[in-house]
Amino acid sequence: MSDDRKGTKGDILLEMRDIVIDGYSDDRWHEIVKGVDITLRRGEIMGLIGESGAGKSTLGLAAMGFARPGCRITSGSIVFDGIDLVKATEAERRALRGSRIAYVAQSAAASFNPAHQLIEQTVEATVRKGIKPEDEAKADARKLYRELQLPNPDLIGERFPHQVSGGQLQRVMTAMAMSPRPDLIIFDEPTTALDVTTQVEVLAAMRRIVEQYNTAAIYITHDLAVVAQMADVIKVLRYGETIEDADTRTMLSHPEKEYTKSLWSVRSIEKPEEVSEDVILKVDHVDASYTGSAKVLDDVTIEVPRGHTVAIVGESGSGKSTTARAITGLLPPSKGQILFNGTALPPTLKERSIDQLQKIQMIYQMADTAMNPRQTVRDIIGRPLEFYLGLRGAERDRRLLELVEMIELNESFIDRLPAELSGGQKQRICIARALAASPDLIICDEVTSALDQIVQKGILELLLRLQRELGLTYIFITHDIATVKAISDQIVVMFQGRVVEQGMKSEILSPPYPDYTKLLLSSVPEMDPDWLTGLLAQREKEASASP
Amino acid sequence: MLHPVVRTILQRLGLGLITLFVVSLILFSSIEFLPGDFGEAVLGQAALPETVAAFRKELGLDLPLHERYFDWLGGMLTGDMGNSFSGRGSSGGTDRSRPVIELLAPRLANTLFLASMAAIISVPLALFLGITAALYRNSIYDRSVNALTLTTISFPEFFVAYLLILILSSFLKLFPSLANISPDAPFWDRAYLTFLPALTLTLVIVAHMMRMTRAAIINLMASPYIEMAELKGASKSEIILRHALPNAWAPIVTVIAFNLAYLVVGVVVVEVVFVYPGVGQLMVDAVTTRDVPVVQGCAMIFAATYILLNLFADIISIITNPRLLHPR
Repeated sequence: MSDDRKGTKGDILLEMRDIVIDGYSDDRWHEIVKGVDITLRRGEIMGLIGESGAGKSTLGLAAMGFARPGCRITSGSIVFDGIDLVKATEAERRALRGSRIAYVAQSAAASFNPAHQLIEQTVEATVRKGIKPEDEAKADARKLYRELQLPNPDLIGERFPHQVSGGQLQRVMTAMAMSPRPDLIIFDEPTTALDVTTQVEVLAAMRRIVEQYNTAAIYITHDLAVVAQMADVIKVLRYGETIEDADTRTMLSHPEKEYTKSLWSVRSIEKPEEVSEDVILKVDHVDASYTGSAKVLDDVTIEVPRGHTVAIVGESGSGKSTTARAITGLLPPSKGQILFNGTALPPTLKERSIDQLQKIQMIYQMADTAMNPRQTVRDIIGRPLEFYLGLRGAERDRRLLELVEMIELNESFIDRLPAELSGGQKQRICIARALAASPDLIICDEVTSALDQIVQKGILELLLRLQRELGLTYIFITHDIATVKAISDQIVVMFQGRVVEQGMKSEILSPPYPDYTKLLLSSVPEMDPDWLTGLLAQREKEASASP
Repeated sequence: MLHPVVRTILQRLGLGLITLFVVSLILFSSIEFLPGDFGEAVLGQAALPETVAAFRKELGLDLPLHERYFDWLGGMLTGDMGNSFSGRGSSGGTDRSRPVIELLAPRLANTLFLASMAAIISVPLALFLGITAALYRNSIYDRSVNALTLTTISFPEFFVAYLLILILSSFLKLFPSLANISPDAPFWDRAYLTFLPALTLTLVIVAHMMRMTRAAIINLMASPYIEMAELKGASKSEIILRHALPNAWAPIVTVIAFNLAYLVVGVVVVEVVFVYPGVGQLMVDAVTTRDVPVVQGCAMIFAATYILLNLFADIISIITNPRLLHPR
């Protein structure tokens, strides 16, 4: 792979004209991409941004001449370096994939074959296409691992996918894409599944390496702040159509279209914090573990004020969700107790009375899997009405309707199945199910992180309104600082099973910060194209300053 | 500290032994509660009660149930399966009965020989058909393989057996229709004689294994890592052999083990059709003559076969799963 094949930055590498892609659902073909153009130059990074259903991934895959099962490219031309991928044979397209065009998928954990070692998968395409002999390719892979700052780069390749963390897998996948030294890499939401602190490292590694090898990239995401760090140009998509095209700085500072502006303004909910002394729930010096060996919670104490919101933040593995499991009785604490309205709750679910169960309800991240797909909304919300409140017949139906209206849906939703609802509607039904029990406390476990930003905003506003009207108390588990700012009164920061900081929102979110809180807060991407560069420079400076 | 895989295997082995013990208990007690009595069966309805009692005493049938059970179990553990009832008593005085093990051993060798023959043909064939059917999914080839194997599994075994005899033996005169092999015959002669019964068994079991192979592979084809392989430019056959098959072994070997066990324990009909001297026939004969020690011996062999083959399937599932083989 000589450097001259890469050409100079500025030559057109990929030209997609008037792309139309159909998807098959509900027994017919629908257009999911409706005439989009893409022009990408060598070494350039294009950000594709939009909500789910905008056709981003479909378009990204089309750049490889690939359509998922149930999709078909119906018209348009895709010319990659002089080769028309629409007219090319399958064998010709296959020759390009994994050698000149590579792909980095969203879920690294699912996209690595569990049966093979990482290095085998990293060099697979490179060796198969005869780009490099196996020894050389493996040596190069180890070099890439080192450049991507993976720990133990000489040995990590011998491991199997389940033996390394998500952030590391995502970097190994970048190495895999880079191994054949492609001209173009498609990044499909590569950091969506990662924690903010890990995300920063992965972003920095990816950006460095595409710059170093002058690789062009299409970067697909729904996170504006992320794309701002990566892309030279940004294209906003909605319902399969281009809304706006511009270079990154212009797009961020002067978005033209209303839709783009609305995407930009989502993170603007602010809630004034309130101080309260009336404690409804106290987690009192709780330890917990799953296997009896390693402590997952270590001396956790949290006080939750009545009618207010406590946000628990931290990266995955910090014990956020485990705290929720201890409160609800799913995981009995090995030490300490849970006090609700001043009385200790029995440690396990089984020992709790119906009344105690009723007062604490939970809403989950994946509304999809938290509902029985065979039950209608009527059954889903009706069940807690019968179980906790003993409502039957007409009385139950009246209350059901009230609840559905409370979550800003209407009567027409009552007989639908979960599959007939959108992501945001499903989460609203889950909220109504929690409300049906007339609880005092609702634990919200990452309830908005699977949703698009505009839908997130709707859900957060709904939760805030319900809190005002019904005096609900929330424990809000999240890793997203924007959500925390929007909804909380108090914040608890957790790290490795311990509470490292807790207090009012204003205290926690203003300096001076303890080390971990600072790392967490500074890792949240900002809508500033220079943010990542600035952050990395600053961290480097601090690292060299401290001995 | 043992490697978790070794520990799991030891656990399964222990469970297998417990299962075998429970089987022996059920076996012994259920035979006890069967109607009829060996004494009466041999001596006839007209025999005097005193004669029957004396005969029962001679066989040890007058002892209490638990005593006889532990006696038998102790024998089994030391490799002594007791003596056959037949050949005893009727002529009085001389005991011409033979140890069960002596009756069983040559029959078992024959059965295992036939089962191996059938396995050697059917397992590779089923894997090949399953993998190629998955590769050319929904093609004419896939449909015909499916239809053909389903057809052969749908016919009763004896029908398939007679059909093969009719075509390959009577018309084409390629193979003999009788498979009455003797243990001292050379290997190739035995293989030649057992070809038709082995083919019959193959036709009966291949569908199950082939369809499971196909389904296990196709089930994985929607995985993100398969799409990733496609996006790395792998061809269809590379995707199936390198990316799908290594993750599909667990369900496939389970079904293979199940079918191999069937080859040992479920072949009575085929043995009868081909007059093949296997364990199945021995057991049927023993049941007719109420020869309880032989029935128990055969049943224990069958149970052990099932347990052992399932243990092998478990072990293969474990060692093909990198999550278990290489823990974090």
